[in-house]
Amino acid sequence: MRAHSRVGPQSLTGGRVLDIDRLLDDPHTGIIVCCGSGGVGKTTTSAALGLRAAERGRRVVVLTIDPARRLAQSMGIEELDNTPRPVDGLHWADGFGAETADQGGKSPGGGAPRMAGKDGGSPGGGAPRMDAMMLDMKRTFDEVVESQASPEKARQILRNPFYIALSSSFAGTQEYMAMEKLGQIHADARRDGSYDLIVVDTPPSRSALDFLDAPERLSSFLDGRFIKLLLAPAKGPARLMTAGFGMVTNTLTKILGAQVLRDMQTFVAAFDTLFGGFRQRAQKTFELLQADGTAFLVVAAPEPDALREAAYFVERLSEDDMPLAGLVVNRASPQPFGDVSAEEAMTAARRLRKDDADSLTAGLLRLHADRVQMVEREARLRSRFEAAHPQVPTTVVPALAGDVHDLAGLRQVGALLAGERPT
Amino acid sequence: MPSRDFPQVRLHIVTGKGGTGKSTVAASLALGLASTGRDVLLCEVEGRQGIARMFDVEPLPYAERRIATGLPGPDGQRGGVVHALHIDPESALLEYLSMYYKLGRAGKALDRFGVVEFATTIAPGVRDVLLTGKVYEATKRNARNKKAITYDAVVLDAPPTGRIAPFLGVNQELAGLARMGPIKSQADSVTTLFHSERTTVHLVTVLEEMPVQETTDGIAELRKHGLPVGGVVVNQVRPRDLDEDDLAAVRAGKVTKRKLAAALTRGGLSGDAELVAGLLTEARDHAERRALEEAQRALVGELDVPTYELPLLVGGVDLGGLYELAGILRDQGLA
Repeated sequence: MRAHSRVGPQSLTGGRVLDIDRLLDDPHTGIIVCCGSGGVGKTTTSAALGLRAAERGRRVVVLTIDPARRLAQSMGIEELDNTPRPVDGLHWADGFGAETADQGGKSPGGGAPRMAGKDGGSPGGGAPRMDAMMLDMKRTFDEVVESQASPEKARQILRNPFYIALSSSFAGTQEYMAMEKLGQIHADARRDGSYDLIVVDTPPSRSALDFLDAPERLSSFLDGRFIKLLLAPAKGPARLMTAGFGMVTNTLTKILGAQVLRDMQTFVAAFDTLFGGFRQRAQKTFELLQADGTAFLVVAAPEPDALREAAYFVERLSEDDMPLAGLVVNRASPQPFGDVSAEEAMTAARRLRKDDADSLTAGLLRLHADRVQMVEREARLRSRFEAAHPQVPTTVVPALAGDVHDLAGLRQVGALLAGERPT
Repeated sequence: MPSRDFPQVRLHIVTGKGGTGKSTVAASLALGLASTGRDVLLCEVEGRQGIARMFDVEPLPYAERRIATGLPGPDGQRGGVVHALHIDPESALLEYLSMYYKLGRAGKALDRFGVVEFATTIAPGVRDVLLTGKVYEATKRNARNKKAITYDAVVLDAPPTGRIAPFLGVNQELAGLARMGPIKSQADSVTTLFHSERTTVHLVTVLEEMPVQETTDGIAELRKHGLPVGGVVVNQVRPRDLDEDDLAAVRAGKVTKRKLAAALTRGGLSGDAELVAGLLTEARDHAERRALEEAQRALVGELDVPTYELPLLVGGVDLGGLYELAGILRDQGLA
């Protein structure tokens, strides 16, 4: 068994440490949202958190957005679709599961034992459970339309070229549909007790803020004057047909052509009845995110750009009263061994190279020097973040030498997230 | 000099998975292409002001600003000028309307009635159409834009690999929505440029599994849409301080602690047990990583496109680093 020690990169800074296991084990944690800029390992982090939580007794669903194929395969779900699918191969973490649950749970660190399911099944019985799904943006949108509109109207909307473009390529749709799906899963889970923890991976936004802005953007779409104008002729009040509006429609017709404007109008008119429902749901999901049971984790790499985005996100979350649990610094360079500085190592390497141009020891020393420099640079970047945001608890995950291929790999990432270090 | 490997290309589009350093590569390519007196425009479209940060200047407006002198030529010739442009969709729309429709009052009315906001934030795909439309305008300058600089090359720091084909293909989609009219013909011209030999798309990757996979998928998708694929730039390649023999020795456990300790002492360090054990652990990590990198490099080699390699700059990328990378890109023939 691995020792639970906080050594290595974690101990470098004096800041607050993010206790992942406490977060996962807390039965009040119902939703964990992983956000951050692209390429920082958000999806892997989400999957690893879900797995760790499940193996510690939570009933988990992981909602991923566009996972890399290998990662989906690592969870054994090649055919990811819009419905949660069970992930096989889970086993209880040490101190969790059948035997311990019967004895009232003697989990290390006082974490919560497996909670009783509402279905009345034996709480500790069987294997741990985790489902995973991948967001299908268009499918989710279509389902909303189908569930909200009459069959005839739904058909009309689904065929409209503007709807097709909006539901498959509009830059904010993915964010909005992620919110929509989260709301659905949460409502279902509350009704039937299927899950007690939802882990959400956010879309790879051009700006990390898009996710939070989705409901707002939708509302501004619905309240926009232009939409009202487009609707006006359909509804009839001629007073809106002012000189200004005439000029606008004339200009648009000139630029876009009359047919585009007509398609747009048909779409907006058909969609009109759905708008209210859409807005209400977006608002509800937004409130759900603000509630106590939600925890936001900001994921970053120890790079200036990623940390800058993370800082931005931290500020934005607090502005919106979103519950921030902490920062995950992923793929940190592994801590060098010993206390030989980069300069000392380089000096020694040069000396050795003089005698023997391809001295292996010199090569090792240069590697060591690079490692020291990289770790120092990352520590500097992190301490800058920490100086600006001292209240944010942080966990540092050292980079693995290889990629994650399977549950064992995800488990390893989960352990690193929780601050365990191999000894 | 024009790009050695892509002499006919005027518009270089640079994409890559998030975190692979595509903006760095785009900036270095611009510096490299601007050697020997050529004028180059570096564009960004994602609202991040990454160019301003890389070149350490004030946030860029919607205007072409001179930001750097290009890399000096191989024989010390003075470099050309690199201009930068931060393209935002609102400004692009207003500029487009005034350039093509001479809209005075009507333009204001569009703004007042929320059409500009609608078009740039909500209307499907319009945002991307405006961004690519401006890139098109900068690449194929015409008489409407008076006094504008005509560039020898334009480098676009584009959206990431996952979004690149829709981003570049969005004009086709719009052209599909608008079946006639000026928007249709404008969208068609942009599409024609993007599919022509004047344009190419370079993909940036690092030697890790997911980015390489995404690059492979990205190339397939670009080709499926008939978009021209340029080179693959392998970025952040770790220093190779150990050669194959050394790596083999490390993997086989042939590097003994005694020999290593003796060598360290010769180098002037104390060959104490902690340092020796530490260096050996680091060596094994490195050997594992190198094996993975080699496997990925082999996959990149099978892609059937020219490849280029840039080293990892251990201290981070500053302005000097950009010139260093630009020099390497030129030596390898991309710039």
